[in-house]
Amino acid sequence: MKHFDVIVVGAGHAGVEAAAAAARVGVQVALVTMRQSNIGMMSCNPAIGGLGKGHLVREIDALDGLMAQAADRGGIQFRLLNRSKGPAVQGPRAQQDRRLFQSAMQELVAGVDGLTVVEGEVVALRIDAGRVIGIGLADGTEVGAHAVVLCTGTFLGGVLHVGDVRAPGGRVDEAPAVRIASQLREVATGVGRLKTGTPPRLDGRTIAWDRLEMQPGDEEPVMFSFLPGDPLPRQLSCGITHTSECTHDIIRANLHRSAMYGGHIEGVGPRYCPSIEDKVVRFSDKASHQIFLEPEGLEDPTVYPNGISTSLPADAQEELVRSIPGLERAVITQPGYAIEYDYLDPRGLSLALELRQLPGLFLAGQINGTTGYEEAGAQGLVAGLNAARSALGQPPVTFSRAQSYIGVMIDDLTSHGVTEPYRMFTSRSEYRLSLRADNADQRLTPIGIAAGCVGQGRTVAFGDKSEALEQGRAVLQGVTFSPHVLAQAGIRVREDGERRSAYRLLSDPAVDWATVAALDPRLSELPATIRDQLAKDALYASLIERQRTDAAALQRDEAVVIPVAFDYRMISGLSTELTVKLERIRPETLAQAGRIEGMTPAALTLILAWVRKGQRMRAAS
Amino acid sequence: MDTIFAQASARGKAGVAVVRLSGPGSWEAVRVLAGRLPEPRVASLCTLSEAGGRLDEALVLTFAEGASFTGEEAAELHLHGAVATVAAVLRALSGLPGLRPAEPGEFTRRALENGRLDLAQVEGLADLIEAETEAQRKQALRVLSGEVGRMVGRWRGDLIRAAALCEATIDFVDEDVPVDVWPEVRGLLSGVLADLERERAGVGAAERIRDGFVVAIVGRPNVGKSTLLNALAGREAAITSEVAGTTRDVIEVQMDLGGLPVTLLDTAGLRESGDAVERIGVERAKERAEAADLRIFLVEAGEEPGMEPREGDLVVRGKADLGDAGGGLAVSGRTGEGLEVLVGVVSERLAGRAAAVGVVTRERHRVALGLAAEALRAALQNGASSVEMTAEFIRAALRSLDQLLGKVGVEDILDDLFASFCIGK
Repeated sequence: MKHFDVIVVGAGHAGVEAAAAAARVGVQVALVTMRQSNIGMMSCNPAIGGLGKGHLVREIDALDGLMAQAADRGGIQFRLLNRSKGPAVQGPRAQQDRRLFQSAMQELVAGVDGLTVVEGEVVALRIDAGRVIGIGLADGTEVGAHAVVLCTGTFLGGVLHVGDVRAPGGRVDEAPAVRIASQLREVATGVGRLKTGTPPRLDGRTIAWDRLEMQPGDEEPVMFSFLPGDPLPRQLSCGITHTSECTHDIIRANLHRSAMYGGHIEGVGPRYCPSIEDKVVRFSDKASHQIFLEPEGLEDPTVYPNGISTSLPADAQEELVRSIPGLERAVITQPGYAIEYDYLDPRGLSLALELRQLPGLFLAGQINGTTGYEEAGAQGLVAGLNAARSALGQPPVTFSRAQSYIGVMIDDLTSHGVTEPYRMFTSRSEYRLSLRADNADQRLTPIGIAAGCVGQGRTVAFGDKSEALEQGRAVLQGVTFSPHVLAQAGIRVREDGERRSAYRLLSDPAVDWATVAALDPRLSELPATIRDQLAKDALYASLIERQRTDAAALQRDEAVVIPVAFDYRMISGLSTELTVKLERIRPETLAQAGRIEGMTPAALTLILAWVRKGQRMRAAS
Repeated sequence: MDTIFAQASARGKAGVAVVRLSGPGSWEAVRVLAGRLPEPRVASLCTLSEAGGRLDEALVLTFAEGASFTGEEAAELHLHGAVATVAAVLRALSGLPGLRPAEPGEFTRRALENGRLDLAQVEGLADLIEAETEAQRKQALRVLSGEVGRMVGRWRGDLIRAAALCEATIDFVDEDVPVDVWPEVRGLLSGVLADLERERAGVGAAERIRDGFVVAIVGRPNVGKSTLLNALAGREAAITSEVAGTTRDVIEVQMDLGGLPVTLLDTAGLRESGDAVERIGVERAKERAEAADLRIFLVEAGEEPGMEPREGDLVVRGKADLGDAGGGLAVSGRTGEGLEVLVGVVSERLAGRAAAVGVVTRERHRVALGLAAEALRAALQNGASSVEMTAEFIRAALRSLDQLLGKVGVEDILDDLFASFCIGK
């Protein structure tokens, strides 16, 4: 029987990052997919990044993952969202040419040492003595592994809905994973259903572009990867249109035929990605809803009308599309559909994304209740990294909320579970000012190097950049000016005789780089990328300093590890309600325990006391 | 690491109150208040003062890091037991940089973290923590009931709404959300800020700490209210005479009742009066009596009180010296009969309430209101030009008000956001 250190099941955005991360750590990896040609496919909208999501892409890149590089090569319209706002809330986003992205991703995967692609359908997990030891394929082949990472996306028990027509499927024209879904329902608890949807795809040649508002990309594109990339492909614009009252009438008239409203779907859909049916029902006073017409590629005429995801029957979809300005003669190339799939309650996962009930099994992506390529990719990386480390007998690497959006996401999932597909927003992070897209490498690359998932090339590039930043910071903090000199330069500060460093001056949003640089020639010598980064650090320095006490307290609590088998029932004084929650969530650290709903400072102290007591008793024996 | 402080001794009749400090700023705090730093572990008599004003004559103990109950640098201030004194010292401490009132159980927590508790003590923690939780629960109930509760509920709603508006313009920039949310955000923040400042400066918690509890004596004219007050106060504070309606205004006497500071109110007798001045007096008496913490209804045998007594109020038969035996508590201001029993009952009831609303808890609230107000001012100052900073300050305000509002999580904010705007392209 063939044996790998790590087997990754599914080659979507979570799967490729998981396989590549595990291979970077230095183990033998099999990436199993039903169709090799579908590796890296974008099943939903043709775009990568955005707010919170762009941050995740940068974090994946900082850990030497693949998504950022593929998205830079596939990008046909780059926009830095919130460009007019502060750097902490700016997120890079790019429309993608599906084929370019996918071929870039396949090339990157092919270039990973130690990664073997296996084509086949996984029908079973092989389990021995409560531990996952490999997989079984549909053709009867068995493959052994130390750890398995499941990245099943929407395939796990997937059912497609168009109106009242339903059919099993993981994507259009692709079969779902049924047998492994039923096995999971047997061996794991907490299986639930979620739902997501897509809009109909249009033939762009039948759209009246000349009558639509067009949205071009940024003149100076902001790329995803910290590494230098290839020249960009040709850039395109997106079109903007909107629904009309007539569209809404059509939807209302057909509402009973919608899969969502006809009662055919039990899964819960996301509030921030509602179907057009939902929008019309919930916001009935709104006369029109915005639609972005996103081209799917340079050579591909397909257009993705972002904003009208629907599960109405095909004939109603056609009627509704044609009621939209500019789409009067548009031809639907593929109807929109809703898809329902299985997920596992992520509260059953460790922070390393291993299923506590079934050691050796790691989960990433939609199976954990999330939505989005970026969320999936980030989890894939963490799961793959830890699967490989467990194969090597190394302790898991986990990510803190104070350090990364990856940490925020995994902590949210494992502490609170999900009630709808989970998507990243910048508002989910309490350390938003320090967790910026621009400093993801400074935050995470050192962790990645220590964890063994960052290759030589990036390690060297990062070292050079860090050194330049250190030197630049020394210059900015070392060059100081008296209030008198500043007044002459038009910078107003208090006349207190105190000299202020260039770094401190930059913390005032009203003071720009050019004004400061004019004060001393040493400043204008700094390379543009370095000074931009430093200016962003400086801008938030005082607020971040204020948060430092919070972050320090958090890190202290994160350092208190609660043993896996900790018996909460022996603690007298803990309420039954809290005991039950703690047993279900099994927080790994005191910090995680503190975020459980209903937790009190007093109860935390009790838990800490008993953890300490256990440590001392072990030390004594 | 912050330096924390709290009253460590139990409240009540004790002559001495102990305030503990722990953390790196403890000694510096002693140096500031006492003007010098006594040698560690040597009890020293010091005059504590703040900005030149004398706070108390206290016994001060300091402990070096590694040799204290928490393992941190620490100090103890042994103060005179009066509530007002303790409150003034706590207030002075919270004004020092780096110092804040301790969270419930925080001393224990620090002691634990530094390995200063033995296993037997750990076993005993459960009781302590249950007691703290119960005190917190009572505190929360008290804060969240009535007028204050409604106001706190409004703050919560307004701050969540303001945060949601800011977040909408940050996280959903490509969506159909209003671009200029600032006028609404400014309105919401200014409103809450004004409330916070009024609460902090006003008659709320702060004044209670200074004045203690208010006990009103109410009853028909000439039932002996003023005589009772004078007897309790031990001096002629209110004029007593045989003419009904002598007390036309409200007379206040501050006194120590079982170790608690109490303001006794002698009120105009409740009766219909043709005299305009007296009518005003009666109205005022009713108002003050309504607002008091406890009412002593003085009645004659078989008579009903003139107002509806609330839970915890006392109905007492007056002029007990004039004979007329009957059930229940009877007192006479003139002979002193029953006075001791009355004082015992009143102070017991007040002490029960004092335990539920510890001075420390109130000091924590005052500090929280102050921090929240500061954060809201910063948010208003940042305004629309740097919305991510504004959002940060709103969050900081919400965190400071956690104890009052309950925790506001990002889900609360997202709920408001998704309910208000059609998000999702």
